[in-house]
Amino acid sequence: MGRALLVTRLALRDLRRRRTEAALLLIAILAATTTLTLGLVMRDAAADPYESTRAATSGPDVVAHAQSAEFDRLENLVSAAGVTHHSGPYPVTAAKLQNSGRTSDVQAVGRDAESVSVDQPKVLQGNWVSDGGVVVEAAFADAIDVHVGGTVTLDGRSFKVVGVAITAAMPPYPGSSCLVAPGCVNGAVPDDGTAPAGLLRNPGLVWLTQADVRSLGSDPASLSYVLNLKLADPAQAQAFADTGQGDRGHPLFMQSWPDILDDATELARDSQILLLLGAWLLSLLAVAGLSVLVGGRMADQTRRVGLLKAAGGTPGLVAAVLLAEYVLVAVVAAAAGLAIGALTAPLLTESSAGLVGGAGTASLTWSTVGLVTAVALGVAVVATAVPAVRGARSSTVSALADAPRPPHRAGRLIALSAGLPVPLLLALRVAARRPRRVVLGVLSIAVTVSGIYVLLVLNAFLGDQPSTGAYTEGQVVVLRHVLLVWTVILLSLAAVNAVVITWATVLDNRHASALARALGATSREVTAALAAAQVLPALLGAVLGVVPGGFLLFTAINVITGGDSEKVTLPVPWELIAVVLVTVLVVAVLTSVPAYLGGRRPVTETL
Amino acid sequence: MSNAAETPVLRARGLRKEYGKGEGLVRAVDGVDLDVSAGETVAIMGPSGCGKSTLLHLLGGLDRPSSGEVSLNGRRIDDFSEKALAAMRRTDVGYVFQSFHLMEELTAVENVELPALLAGRSPRAARRRAEELLDQLGLAGRARFLPSALSGGQRQRVAVARALSNEPLVVLADEPTGNLDSAATLDVLQLFEELHESGQTLVIVTHDARIAATADRMFSMRDGVLVDQTWLTGGTTGQLGALAGLED
Repeated sequence: MGRALLVTRLALRDLRRRRTEAALLLIAILAATTTLTLGLVMRDAAADPYESTRAATSGPDVVAHAQSAEFDRLENLVSAAGVTHHSGPYPVTAAKLQNSGRTSDVQAVGRDAESVSVDQPKVLQGNWVSDGGVVVEAAFADAIDVHVGGTVTLDGRSFKVVGVAITAAMPPYPGSSCLVAPGCVNGAVPDDGTAPAGLLRNPGLVWLTQADVRSLGSDPASLSYVLNLKLADPAQAQAFADTGQGDRGHPLFMQSWPDILDDATELARDSQILLLLGAWLLSLLAVAGLSVLVGGRMADQTRRVGLLKAAGGTPGLVAAVLLAEYVLVAVVAAAAGLAIGALTAPLLTESSAGLVGGAGTASLTWSTVGLVTAVALGVAVVATAVPAVRGARSSTVSALADAPRPPHRAGRLIALSAGLPVPLLLALRVAARRPRRVVLGVLSIAVTVSGIYVLLVLNAFLGDQPSTGAYTEGQVVVLRHVLLVWTVILLSLAAVNAVVITWATVLDNRHASALARALGATSREVTAALAAAQVLPALLGAVLGVVPGGFLLFTAINVITGGDSEKVTLPVPWELIAVVLVTVLVVAVLTSVPAYLGGRRPVTETL
Repeated sequence: MSNAAETPVLRARGLRKEYGKGEGLVRAVDGVDLDVSAGETVAIMGPSGCGKSTLLHLLGGLDRPSSGEVSLNGRRIDDFSEKALAAMRRTDVGYVFQSFHLMEELTAVENVELPALLAGRSPRAARRRAEELLDQLGLAGRARFLPSALSGGQRQRVAVARALSNEPLVVLADEPTGNLDSAATLDVLQLFEELHESGQTLVIVTHDARIAATADRMFSMRDGVLVDQTWLTGGTTGQLGALAGLED
């Protein structure tokens, strides 16, 4: 108990003493945990709300629909083997909905005012259907800004909005299934006259009374019908739908609940894949940044380690003290990341507005909490273990003497640098002193630029949408939000890393910098050298981040998502060159402040 | 406090360096006047904390005085810009530190050539000069050794060679034997005698009377003030001499 108290006290005191570094540590791990939480919450958002919606609305196992000519066959499904309950067939008609000067295609389903045992949409606001009143599917209502109490027109006829509801019988807007004869298309349709007449574009779903639906359809033969079925074994839903009941003529259209689940959560899945990939990239960045930060802090703690050992601390206790503060930071970062991720996830799951629990209530599961905490601790331990063990095993006498870790000698680089201008001469030697730090710097920039490469590809892809039909405008907006989150966190963490690595370099080189100045180098030359020591690895990292980093990451995404790389436009050479140059420029700017401070430290104080 | 007839290489007038404010004000150097002639060796002795090292830093342009003047070869350097001071340190001043301050990752010859490279000399010329110096200082066989493979005396010799790399007007040495054992101290002692004989202007801050004994003049410093001057060719002047009853 006493030992645990000592370890905790020492860890907390040291964190308090070095607040800036502690804050940087926190930011680095927080970025990774937030993104990972977002990815995992999105994964849960892709499944849980639909399941909840199915339960809350007595969702059907199979939805069948047909034209009026096939009405009998549809009715016969009610008595098919395995069917236990049903609702419908209900009439469906296509209509034009007008609201606030905006016109949208809709599929209007005629329902009874009474509740039914299969697919009873859950009313979120207002009431269920009544004559002259329309109930609007929740995601569609959100999209077109319709509220209970308002008025809309359907094919020119005025209806009062009496309710907003959700259903599990159809994916939420804009991924609606198509029930009507003219057919539907989700995504943009070129206005070149090639689209079939009457085709519904991104149709929303509304419910009216059956009488109102029939009155909207000018010709009863133009109506379609939808039937909701409950099976004795829901697991057989796909097999039931696959039979197509095509014993007479063409098969009936049937959709099983797993199909609806896939359509309903497609966007959340894509967002989740992007976020999880981003989380792993950020974890790599966090490890790179933390390794440098921890290495620098450990070098600073040499004397403290010596004092602990001299006072009787065992190597185990010393390692525990060194690890404890990073573990504490990791735990705080995990908790904060979980909170931020859970709170912001709903902004990225807008398509789930049409599902129970989909909007504003993205919840954390124990597995998410466990995984995020484990990753945070893993990042801290991986970055800390080597320097902590090294510190714990160091000689007490040399630790008390605060002997710095000897720098690495790179003979060829030293010889090569001799003929260069002073800033480059010093920069190459500064970089060569700590090759591991250079590798981490290169890795950090390479990972960032790889991410930027993929972001460029995805941004161009989304820019082509919805003309290619893969995503609707609404979905593009959601995916752009995801990319924005990714970009902001990625660039923030990369910036933190650049500053951290530069500052570690400044601290590590304070003696060498002071000596160079004592021997006649100007503070400007030393500043330029410290900055150039970051910019040169950044240049290498940026190039590697494009080739092969960006290509490999993009390929990995395609493999994971089953995407087709031929559908996307890869960045053109000038864009890639611009990315490399801008990266180097940004690193130069970011590193200039710590390098400036390092280059102006008083020589006499250091020596 | 100099009797040199010619223009001194190094001159200080009313040199003062203060730290802190109010009651916490500390005068590390308090109104020092000093002239050092070309080819002269001057030793400054005094207890720890008396301001010897600070004075050396001010004389060499590593630090700026709070007030007073420092001139090197007739040019005032106390009002130089940072850039001009750096250029001056590069060409006119050579430093030797108590802790050697060699770059651990550079070999002896690479350490010695560093000031020449910083001064913009070609790598070949810098290397040639460094090898000559190491040869002169008896370290030709250690030129490719890292500092960690050299003895304390050898390290200090390398540091002296580095200080001489750009043929400075004056070499400033701060406790050059402070980290050395007796044998290494004698080694460095001999080296400073050789430098003295070669006409190199030297200012040495030291605790070691043997090193001071190689000087033409020795100053005693107390509380930031040069209180006594001893001509090692005979006689003393200054307050300490007066206090000790050596002068009226």
